[in-house]
Order: sequence, then C-alpha cells, then structure tokens
Amino acid sequence: MSDTRTIRLTVNGETGSYTVPVRQNLVDFIRNDLGLTGSHVGCEHGVCGACSIEVDGDIVRGCLMFAVQADGAEITTIEGLAESDRGAALRSAFSARNALQCGYCTPGMLATALDYVEAGGAADRAAIRAHLSGNYCRCTGYQSIVDAVCDVIEGRVEA
Amino acid sequence: MSGPLTMFDTPRAYIGQPVPRADTKRLLQGRGKFIDDIQLPRMLHAAFVRSPVAHGTITGIDVEEARALPGVIAVYTGADIAPHVEPYVGVLSHLAGLRSAPQMPLAVDVTRWIGEPLVMIIAQSRAVAEDAAALVMVDIDPLDAVTDMETALDPATPVIHAEMDSNLAWERTVDVGDVDAAFARDDVTVVERRFRFGRHTGVTLETRGAVAAFDPSEDELTFWYSGQAPHMMQFIFAKHLGLPEENVRVVSQDVGGSFGIKIHTYGDEIATALAAKLLGRPVKFVADRMESFLSDIHARDHVVDGRIAVDADGRIAALAFDDITGIGPFSMYPRTSAIEANQVLNLTGAPYVMENYRANAKVVFQNKNLMCQYRAVGHPIAMAVADGLLEDAAHEIGMDVVEIRRRNLIPDDAYPTQSASGMKLDDLSHHKSLETLVDAMDYEARRAEHAKLREEGIYRGLGLISMVEVTNPSPMFYGIGGAPIASQDGATIRLDAGGGVHVSSSVTEQGQGTNAILAQIAADVFGVPIERVKVTTGDTRTTPYGGGTWASRGAGIGGEACLQAAQALRDQVLEVAAVILQSEPGKLDIKAGAVVDAEGGAERMRLSDLARTVYYRGNELPSDLKPELIATRHYRVTDFPFVFTNGAMAAEVEVDPETGFVQVLNFWAVEDCGRVINPVLVDEQVRGGVVQGIGGALYEECVYDAEGQLQNATMADYLVPMAFEMPDIVVKHVETPTKTSVLGAKGAGEAGTGGAPGAVMNAVNDALRPLGAAIHQMPMTPERVLRALGKV
Repeated sequence: MSDTRTIRLTVNGETGSYTVPVRQNLVDFIRNDLGLTGSHVGCEHGVCGACSIEVDGDIVRGCLMFAVQADGAEITTIEGLAESDRGAALRSAFSARNALQCGYCTPGMLATALDYVEAGGAADRAAIRAHLSGNYCRCTGYQSIVDAVCDVIEGRVEA
Repeated sequence: MSGPLTMFDTPRAYIGQPVPRADTKRLLQGRGKFIDDIQLPRMLHAAFVRSPVAHGTITGIDVEEARALPGVIAVYTGADIAPHVEPYVGVLSHLAGLRSAPQMPLAVDVTRWIGEPLVMIIAQSRAVAEDAAALVMVDIDPLDAVTDMETALDPATPVIHAEMDSNLAWERTVDVGDVDAAFARDDVTVVERRFRFGRHTGVTLETRGAVAAFDPSEDELTFWYSGQAPHMMQFIFAKHLGLPEENVRVVSQDVGGSFGIKIHTYGDEIATALAAKLLGRPVKFVADRMESFLSDIHARDHVVDGRIAVDADGRIAALAFDDITGIGPFSMYPRTSAIEANQVLNLTGAPYVMENYRANAKVVFQNKNLMCQYRAVGHPIAMAVADGLLEDAAHEIGMDVVEIRRRNLIPDDAYPTQSASGMKLDDLSHHKSLETLVDAMDYEARRAEHAKLREEGIYRGLGLISMVEVTNPSPMFYGIGGAPIASQDGATIRLDAGGGVHVSSSVTEQGQGTNAILAQIAADVFGVPIERVKVTTGDTRTTPYGGGTWASRGAGIGGEACLQAAQALRDQVLEVAAVILQSEPGKLDIKAGAVVDAEGGAERMRLSDLARTVYYRGNELPSDLKPELIATRHYRVTDFPFVFTNGAMAAEVEVDPETGFVQVLNFWAVEDCGRVINPVLVDEQVRGGVVQGIGGALYEECVYDAEGQLQNATMADYLVPMAFEMPDIVVKHVETPTKTSVLGAKGAGEAGTGGAPGAVMNAVNDALRPLGAAIHQMPMTPERVLRALGKV
C-alpha cells in the first residue's frame, strides 16, 4: 500500500488537490499543509473538541478523521466562518460576554455553538450546556459561553 | 471612604468599565498565534523517549535503529547532552533547609519517574521523530519505587537520592501561643479530622510547547514558548546553555491556558533549546496530551491531620495541623516545590482571629511526576482545612456556620493587623464579604428549603468558605531566595506620530485580559480613546524587565507600572504643549486624544499635531526644550511580602445517596480584589477559577498505582468539569483598594480555585450529615461518597 494518496477537496471555498500521507489526520493536514492554524489540537483522541470543524455540513473532530477520508468533501474552518457572515452575531456576543479567555478552545467552541444556533436551538441553558458538553474550556467556567449563545438566540446582539 | 481625592473620584471612561478585550476579535477569527502555529524555514521537530518505569538504573540505551530512520537528524541521550548543560537544582535559600538533587534535561544513569525524558529525537517531522522514538531500546534495572508519601520517611523505605539520608526535602513548623494548653482547656470542644487532597494537574488545552532558533553568526538564541515568565526563561537559558543573557530572546505570544503549569522550567524545553544550538536550525517541541499528563507539573497531594478547639461561644481557642505533601523526585526548578506547603502554613485560618496556632509541614520526595505551583498555590488545602474544621466544630456546638464566622473573622476595622502565622494583613473586608454572600445566596431561605427537602429524601447541603489569597507578591517571594524571578514589572508608553499610544509591558497575557486592562489604564490616565492604544507584552527584547504573570500580579503590579508610566508621559506631553501653546502645563489637560484647557475643556491641539511637531519639525521648538514622548516606570510592592485579597464563597450541592454522585446546584463568590479594572474580565476569571476548584473537589485526580504508573493519562480518563455539570455562578464584588498603590488593584486569579474546593466539601458534608456520614477526601468521587456512607 502506498504511504500517500492524492485527494481533492474544498476548504473555505477554495478547491485544490493535495498529496497526503494516509496516516495523517484531517486537522494536521488543515493546520500544517494548508496553513489554516485556527483549528487547534488539544487531545488528539476526540475528547476535547478544540479541533471541531465543519465537513459537508456536519461538525466533526478533525483529529478523528484522516485527511484521505475528506477526499471530495467541503470543509469550513474558523477562518472560513470569519470570512463569511456566518457566526458574526456569535462572535460579537462572545466578545461582549468575554466568553473566551485564552482562546484555544474557541474555534471549536464557536463551531459547536453555531451548529446549535443554526439548527434553531432554544435559549434553554441546560440544553445549550448539553450541546457544548463535548468541548473543553479550562478558562471561562462555561457560563459566559452559555450567556453568549442565549444572547444570539434571543436577538440581543447585532452582528 | 475618607482621605484625599484620587483620580478615581472622577468618572473614568475605561477603568472600572466592562470594555471588551481587543484580543477576542483575533481569537474568534482563528487568528491567534499559538506555539504550534509557528513555522520557520528548515525547522526540525523533537520527540522524547520517556521513562516507562518510576525508578530504575539505566543500564543501556540503543539508538542505532532510530538514528538510521530516514528523516532523523539527530538523537541525543542524557550522556550526549550532559557536557553542554549546567545542571540545575530547585532550592531557594530563604526556605531554610530545603534540599533537592542536581537535575539534567534528560536522565543520566537513573530514572526517577514515569515520563522523565530519557532520549531526544530530532527529525524532519514530529511523526518521523515519534517513529524513531519507538525504535529506541532502553534497558532499565528497576529499583523499588517510593510512591506512598505517608511512608516515604520510614526507615524501611528506599531513599531516592543516594547522597541524602532520607526522602525529606523540607520541613517547617509554625508554633504560636500555647496550643497544647488551649486544647487542654475544659471549656472547649475539640474536632479532629484527617483530610486528603489528591494529585491533580492543569490540563491546559494548549499543551506546553516551544520553538527554539539559534543563529550561530551572532551566538543568539530565540525561544518562543507557551509560557508565563519570559525574562525568567531568558536567565535560565543563558545560565544553563552558557550564553550571554543579552543574546537570549524569549517570546511568549498567545498562550492557550497556563494556570501556573507554564511558569516552571522543564527538561524537554531546555533540551529543545540545546538541540537548536547544537544543530544551528530551528527546533519545535510540542507536547502531546499524554506527555502533558506525564510531565506537566502536578499539584496538591497532601494529607493533613487537623484539630480545632472552640469554646461555647464558638470562638477559636486553637488550630493545629500536620501536613505531609509529596513532590516527586526533585524540587521543581527554579521556583521549588516547597512553596505550596509554605503557603499552607501561612494561610490556614488566616481570616480568623487566633492566638494559638501550630502547623507542621513535611515535604517528601517520591517516584512520581514533580509536584509544584499551580493556580491558588496551597490555598485549597489551607481553606478546606480551616473552614472544614470550623464548620464541623459549629455543628458540634450547635451553632450556625455563618454565626461562627461572624464571631471569629478579623473585624473589618482591625487593619492593619497580622494573621496567627505572622502574615501582614491590610485593606481586607471579611465581614462585609460574608454579609454580601449571605444576602446573595438567600441563606436562611435555602436552609429552610433543605430541611423540607430532606423529609422527601433529597439531600442538599450548603458549604461556605472565608478566604485570603496571596496576590501582588513582593521580592520576598522568590528574589530573596536567589531565584531569577522579578517581582517588579515595568511599562513603557510612547506617543506615536499619528497620535496613538504604544504600551510595552513586562507582564504577560494568557487570556486573562492583561493587554486589555493595560490599554484601559493607559487610555484613561494618559487621555486617548482606547482604540488608539496598542499593547505589546511577552518579548524580552522589546519590553521592560519584569516577572511576567503568576500569583495574580498582572493588574496589581503591571497595572500600577502602566498607570505611573501613563502619568509620566502625560506630564511630558503637557510640558511640550505648554511651550507650543504658550500656556502652563497646569492649565492644560489631555482628553480624547487632544490637549485641552483644564478648565472648560476647549480643545487646543490634537496629540497627532503635537507629536508630528516634535518628531518631524523640531526646528519649530525652542532649542532648550528637549521633548521626550516616551516614559518608562517600574513598580514593586515594598511594605508587604504580599498584598492579600479576601473573599467569601458558598456552594449548594445535592448528594445522591444511592449513587454517590454530587451535583453542584449553585455557587456564589464574593471577591474583594480592590479596584476592579474590568468587571467582565474579573467575573469570568473568578468563574473559571471556581470551576477549576470544583474540578479539584469532585473530579480531577492523577491516579498512580503502587509501582508509580500513572493510570489515567488521557483526557478520556482524567475528568475535568464540562459545561453540562457546571452551575451558573453568581459573582459579587466588595472593593477595598490596596493602599500600596495608586491603582489599588489586587489580584483575583486565585480566588475560585482556592476557595471552591473547601466550599464544596463543606456543602457535601452538610448534605451527608443527616445520614451520619462525612467525607474529607478530594476529589469526592461517587465511590468515595458511597464509602463514606458505608455502602461499598
């Protein structure tokens, strides 16, 4: 079996083909080969959520998917969200509430929170906490993140 | 408040306001710059072979297969690097008697804990370096491991360092008053408890990491690291790698969590810098998660036998305890692993009026990862022991736990005073904080509700804590003991030609908002809109010399230096403005980026016009005017070893007697950190601290087996608080500014982590009391709760 394979995928609207080691995980490919360092690596085994990215509309753990598995996929990273309008209200709310301190978990946290908001989630604190419960945050204590999500759902924040 | 008016008696546009942090924009767009984001031309990657046994003699290392792997550039054993590194010893001279053994970045001859680095591989990628690491064969003859700290000093236990007569690293006793006589009084009730505090660790989401680059043409090392104390690291690399100090530049950009984990010096970091020096190429080392669990410093690990005596009025007659703490095989360099036990002796019972106090601490070596300073050093032990004993004593004599505090807390008008252990205390507010807490939590109503719920078989409890926190440390903390750790910090503020202001400070940013509060202070004190302030921190080449961020000192020390510098720059600018405007400095002021009339506020000239005149058209100024539009000021605490902060906290929990699960339903924190510079930042830091404290109380533990193997070195096995389990946390403030500075700010970073564990333990015991059970061991896992209930 060859150690590398060529894949073609679209990341943040830009399509390209890349030769990747078959053992390389998706987040390492995005960070190291594409230079999109917004997605972070925290645990490398699917627990902390820092590497959460959007693949074909679903939130996935970039450390649990191989780059070769993303062949043909459409991917949006935190940088892609920032370039579009998506998530602008959440970013404003996170900033106003100081819903981040070191910012390392933030790209994954924001992706997970946006997933909840865009799916029409209610401003129900327990439900929001449950939805975020796969994402570590060691700094904030989570409350301000829940506040920020509620602010967006209840229309208290402008993008 | 009485006394002369200060600048804070007029409204401030920024200080005290919930101004959003400028840094959040960057971080929310994925534009943070963390260590692993750095890519340099020709950069190599390091991986370490770490010890698989806790204690053993290294009899042979075969690296040939690893060296032959394509992509491997270099392989270094402990013996290979020994000639290039001066060994280091983690002792401080003011901690009399503290001893440790010389340490090297990679073990030589003997390995002493699981995870100790043995071999360093340098390769073209981390993946190849890891492949090569797997090919290294290390032969180790196992030795008996010292894992139980309670028997570490027994004659039958092996001694870890051959040159020492025992495994004792340090011992200190504080003995005040006549403790034995107080306990022997026949009018006192005595309560005795044994407390156990498990080992836990920081689990910073960004693991430790570094990129080292060496330029042989200039003999210069540049070291980017995810850390808290750049100038300390500059000294350490210079000393141990034999470089002139000025040829070492240490840069700390975005840091993905630190909590004290990243104030220490780790062997893998020194080895990474050495590899860059030997190879003349940049080398990156980023720990993986398992390496973090094995090698990031661990915290706590105490067994405390405590006793309290209270009289019928609830007054504390005496408090005494013996603490034993295990620190691993070495005292961590350069801050030492004895500081935690020292703080336990200093802080236990410090909020209370006490005449008789005796405390003994024994710090022992063991074959586990090193234990050292982590957020709220010693505080959780001190607070849980004192307030745990006090609440139990209150119940013994039939007194309410709030009432017993009212009778023992140092009165708010008693300052300056000192604690039983001799700590100088000033500007504290224990009673005001307690009453604020009791109001916020609706204490009486909750008590009544709990009594009713108990009849339905629902077991809820309330637990309180009154605390002091060490913040704003002076040179008495480290410098006095010979450590290269600055307690003073500096700020330079420069007016640029465009009218903007640049602040450069030696305190560092790890997400707590240092850069934001420096901007707030500079904007207010100098007089520009905050958008016109740029802040640089974390670079030894461009910032004033200072200590960085630890022990809650960023706002109190770095902030005061910034205030003083802004004031000085203001005076300089007004001097120039007075000449240009043919006025007097005292008749002018700076507001919103312009020089204005002090009276009436009419704008006289924009700062940009003034700066451009000075920088570009100096010919328009009188020859004897020598304008400076840059000012530097340094600040240190002088009259106190620390500036103490105080707080009061309470937890409400529900314990399920069937499963042993504890849920924290509510948490209240009242914090008096003096001047609050940005309430949103302080609130969120307190909340984050509380959640880390709840982690220590209920979930987090580094579990070792009898052979010294770490059993739960993954994020799936080591539990930390997640969003779902955590309550909303009410934060209230009492503001008693410290008189030691103009700014009046103390620290708030230790608060929650220091106080929450004791509050939660007290609450759990309150819930268990009707069931005739009690628990004094953290974390209070379901199994331990069930054991306390006699169910398993």
